[in-house]
Amino acid sequence: MKKIYSRYPMVKYLRQEALPTALCPGCGGGTVLNAFANAIDQLKIDPRDLVVVSGIGCSAWIASPYFLADTLHTTHGRAIAFATGVKVGLPDKYVVVISGDGDLASIGGNHLIHAARRNIDITVILVNNFIYGMTGGQVAPTTPFGAITTTTPYRNVEHPLKIAETVAAAGASYVARWTTAHVYQLIESIKKALTTKGFSLVEVISQCPVQFGRRNKMKEPAEMLRWFLKNSVPISKAKKMSEEELEGKFVIGEFVHRRRPEFTEELNKLIKEVQEKYVR
Amino acid sequence: MIIRGDEPEQKELLKKLYKPGNYFMMGDEAIAYGAIFAGCRFYAGYPITPSSEIAETMARELPKVGGYYLQMEDEIASIAAMIGASWTGFKVMTATSGPGFSLMQENLGYAVMTETPLVLVDVQRSGPSTGQATKGAQGDFFQARWGTHGDHPMIAVSPVSVEDAFWETIRAFNIAEKLRTPVVVLFDGILGHTREQIRIPDPDEVEIAYRKLPQSEEEAKLPFGDPHGDGIPPMPLFGHGYFTHVTGSTHKENGLRDVYTPEVHDRLIRRIHRKIEKNRDVYEKYEEYYTEDAEILVVSWGVSARPSLGAVLKARKEGIRVGLFVPKTVHPFPGERMRELGKKVRAILVPEMNLGQMILEVQRFVNDDVLLKGVNKIGGVPLTVEEILREIRGVAI
Repeated sequence: MKKIYSRYPMVKYLRQEALPTALCPGCGGGTVLNAFANAIDQLKIDPRDLVVVSGIGCSAWIASPYFLADTLHTTHGRAIAFATGVKVGLPDKYVVVISGDGDLASIGGNHLIHAARRNIDITVILVNNFIYGMTGGQVAPTTPFGAITTTTPYRNVEHPLKIAETVAAAGASYVARWTTAHVYQLIESIKKALTTKGFSLVEVISQCPVQFGRRNKMKEPAEMLRWFLKNSVPISKAKKMSEEELEGKFVIGEFVHRRRPEFTEELNKLIKEVQEKYVR
Repeated sequence: MIIRGDEPEQKELLKKLYKPGNYFMMGDEAIAYGAIFAGCRFYAGYPITPSSEIAETMARELPKVGGYYLQMEDEIASIAAMIGASWTGFKVMTATSGPGFSLMQENLGYAVMTETPLVLVDVQRSGPSTGQATKGAQGDFFQARWGTHGDHPMIAVSPVSVEDAFWETIRAFNIAEKLRTPVVVLFDGILGHTREQIRIPDPDEVEIAYRKLPQSEEEAKLPFGDPHGDGIPPMPLFGHGYFTHVTGSTHKENGLRDVYTPEVHDRLIRRIHRKIEKNRDVYEKYEEYYTEDAEILVVSWGVSARPSLGAVLKARKEGIRVGLFVPKTVHPFPGERMRELGKKVRAILVPEMNLGQMILEVQRFVNDDVLLKGVNKIGGVPLTVEEILREIRGVAI
């Protein structure tokens, strides 16, 4: 009997010996993997020209090991730093980091900001599910104010980090935010991120019905998707809204798309200049 | 394009830029030049006293030879970037000191587990914590060996002079490449900041090793296999279409994670250990002076080895039959030779700039009837010839 996933048109991009995935039923990670595979397919990128790096946690598993490319599964929080070395060695390849909010914005927050500042040509797909999923549902720096988690059993009294806004301010070339309920926009943004020279971030608000939804009155995945749709505000509209009006909303859309000198290109230019000066 | 270090045009370039001959330089600078001669073309680091001159020299010299200097946001990012770069084919190095070395430990373990060649220089300073930030010490002997978690082998070399730092750095790269493993260079702030004469050699005099690459598709599909029976898998580099999966989790020979099967973990960890144990000839190195007829033995390492030699020479003039044993690769400790020497002497002195670390390794290999005594000094000032000589006289009859 053929495996059920053999009918999936994007299966050619997956490491079939690693399937089925370890993701829970209803997890948004599958949507992200699907969107990423479709973006690669539509851009006709040869997976041999791709290196995917990830850290620790559920979202780190999305592309490593499942995506059939060179994949580097690293220590917690450090994916972007590892990817920096990969990009310098392989400046002509697409270097992509796919990992979660706990990994990239919490323990890895410093690397995220500095990679954006450096403007190194890495594409980061940051899956934000507001929670530490694999570790058992503890509070994260992205957990909404007032939400219930295993380490905020009464309610969360911290404010969530605005990841896309922070990375845009740090100097990235491209930043967008969508939810798993905006699949086609997400694919388009991943394509733009991959083709933009410089640091690019696509933040995907994603559902974790098991660890987040279950404790916050949304145990069905569809309930979480409806919550995303109901509370999403396009960035153009959000600009006219007050802080209070935006409380608990998800601002979606493109935050920046601009040209800035890129790190590996600048490094290579520098080496050329120095060699012309010192070596004759 | 990745530079291996053994290309004829690179050798010409080195000859042109660094004319063979005598130079006057710091230990830290000698480490940097050693790395460049060994083929290192990627350095990622974070400044910390007393290692910063290594970073500064690399930042100045690497672009001249087509190499990359990256100043990362912290030490964790530095070793992470190095590992990423090593998987693209670069020979990579970072340098740090005590607190930075502590921060690098998790990813040092990752490099062991993923069998990633890299060279990590620890210019030891006084600690714990911020300690005496500008003073040298030899307190990281065991941090190098046991700093990261889990069961793991570790190789560490320790130079004894500025010129030795140049050659030991090259040797560290060659060990890392031959055995596909991280190698620590245990240096110290005193030698790091000492200036003395060193001879820069002709690049042709320098042995350069490069990691084993897969010879076929099948070998490339088993990035953690053992096709040659020496425990050292060929390394399929990223960007060659092999679709390699690398993880710090327990993995099968094909790289895919399997953390549930006890045999998979057992097989992997035992092979990583075996790879180091079986290839002792690649890294074992020690120096001996007057050990043939010695009845007292001084065992010393790194910065303390030279005043130890000075003391041994003076004691010999006084007619004391004393010898010196200097492990140049301190981990794994040259235990077999230590055992042989321990049988021939009645007293062993271990001078080091700590309150007794390497002496514990020595103790493992000598019998109880040998008088074993540390010569220890802390505070950031190196041991003197007189201080060691006094101790030698004290145990001489």
